Amino acid sequence: MNTQVVSLKEHIPHSSQAMAQKDFGHIVIEDVEIVFGKGATANQAVTKTSLDIKPGEFVCILGPSGCGKSTLLNSIAGYVNPSSGTVFVDGKPVKEPGPDRGMVFQQYSLFPWKTIRDNIAFGPRVAGRTNVECSSIANTFLEMVGLSKFADKYPAELSGGMQQRVGIARALANYPSVLLMDEPFGALDAQTRLMMQENLLSIWSEFGITVVFVTHDVDEAIFLADRVLIMSASPGSVIDDFNVTLPRPRDPAMATGSEFMALKKICLDQIRSESLRAFEQQNR
Amino acid sequence: MSNLGQAVDVAGEKICEPTPSAPVQRKEDSIGFAEAPGLSEGLSGGDVLRAVKSGLSHGGAFLRKNVLNIALSVVSLATGIFLWHFATAYKVDFYINFENIPSPEKVFTAFWTHLGETDFYIHIAVSMQRILIGYITAAVIGILAGVLMGRSKLIRSLIYPYIEVLRPIPAVAWIPLAILMWPTEEASIIYITLLGALFPIVLNTLHGVEQTPEVLVRAAKSLGASRLQIFWHVILPAALPSIAAGLAIGMGVSWFSLLAGEIISGQYGIGYFTWNAYSLINYPDIVVGMLVIGGLGTLSTYAVRLAMQPLLAWQKRAR
Repeated sequence: MNTQVVSLKEHIPHSSQAMAQKDFGHIVIEDVEIVFGKGATANQAVTKTSLDIKPGEFVCILGPSGCGKSTLLNSIAGYVNPSSGTVFVDGKPVKEPGPDRGMVFQQYSLFPWKTIRDNIAFGPRVAGRTNVECSSIANTFLEMVGLSKFADKYPAELSGGMQQRVGIARALANYPSVLLMDEPFGALDAQTRLMMQENLLSIWSEFGITVVFVTHDVDEAIFLADRVLIMSASPGSVIDDFNVTLPRPRDPAMATGSEFMALKKICLDQIRSESLRAFEQQNR
Repeated sequence: MSNLGQAVDVAGEKICEPTPSAPVQRKEDSIGFAEAPGLSEGLSGGDVLRAVKSGLSHGGAFLRKNVLNIALSVVSLATGIFLWHFATAYKVDFYINFENIPSPEKVFTAFWTHLGETDFYIHIAVSMQRILIGYITAAVIGILAGVLMGRSKLIRSLIYPYIEVLRPIPAVAWIPLAILMWPTEEASIIYITLLGALFPIVLNTLHGVEQTPEVLVRAAKSLGASRLQIFWHVILPAALPSIAAGLAIGMGVSWFSLLAGEIISGQYGIGYFTWNAYSLINYPDIVVGMLVIGGLGTLSTYAVRLAMQPLLAWQKRAR
């Protein structure tokens, strides 16, 4: 069944309708435990965790820095192999990074020697698509992130926000079933950040893609997510998992509403007690 | 890393190209560099230069800056030649003795005479051929070895000790062994030239490969790139600024080694020409040979930089 789905996807490339089907992007994390190092110096980054992320779901992993939220994300991306347990994406165990899971990094990770167009077309190009296909995909995504005018510029000529938009476009140009985002807006100023959040939501609603978004910003998590996972530090584990029932499309004005505030209070209390515990542990 | 640092300025040159390790910072840096406060402001102290500057202010800022640069260099060189003339004309003997040093006029006359002789051009052509063969071989071996060392710890452990041991050996010290090792005189000269260029190229390539930001490699992996594609699209371009610096330094050093190599030669080469003049106590010719080597070295280093420029255009754009 699953292999069929994958091959079907391969035969209908770059059509966003294919992506909108809700059968893709099912992430199952099964008893995943991640330990760095061995013996006495071993550091348990993520304790035994099981999660089921539905296709098309927007999930935010929220937690203080160093709680292992990026490590968990990296295990879905395939950069980190779990010490035990398995991550499945659409039924296939994750063993290494691959184009079915698009990744957006916190630091600007565009290739500085490639133009914006060539950065976006990188995935299709290494997949062996023709020049015509590559350029048509690049144009589609340049338009999607509103950067058509900057197609022939180099990354360093763009602002931070623009660079991250290119980063998102580049990840999506492979038509992945999952988009993994590791604090992608962390380095941006508050204004740009809000714009980027709205931008991301509109892209997400268009693609119906599964998004796993790591952040330490409570407002960001609630504003974006269908579902928020709160992680605690040392050892990293998911301590809370709740749905955000705010209606969509989301409006920045919601951030001052009572429902938003109530959710925010729950998050902040959880994070505060966890941060305090982690802080005490560090100072012991 | 410390020995890498030493190696990088093996010819007294520094890598001035920004390494690709900081693509993130470049944006910020560019704000600082964009004004280029160094030159034009530093000059404005002198009244004369201020006049020159205002006279040229009608041209574009870019042109003005370049004209000023060139004018300054010409003035500096002219001053040097004048001091040389002065020192030799008055036979200055103040710790440094200029009594037997040929004057610039004598050197120029000798140079002018040689320009009319076919042999002089043969000397130059033969040297340039040796440089070309030695340098290109060094570039191929050096870039290949540097990249392999940068990507494989095993290969690095195998090759690095040789570099450490062989790098400090001066070209002259290789002469006897080179003669014994290689079948022809020509091959031993090229070998010595090659050695000179090899080390800066290897070390700078290695340095560049190591500087490749890991996040770019990870990004390429998640976009589906194979190992070979990562090498071609990520590691090589990331290392290119450093490789280019290594190639430019290597070119300088290969001229530097050439003179040592051509001591072996019994017939032709600008190094041989210089060495021969020394044997014949022909002082002006020694200086002619020295200056020709210096001039050709500068020109060929410049040619290397020029050739690398299109590949590094993205760096210029980033500023």
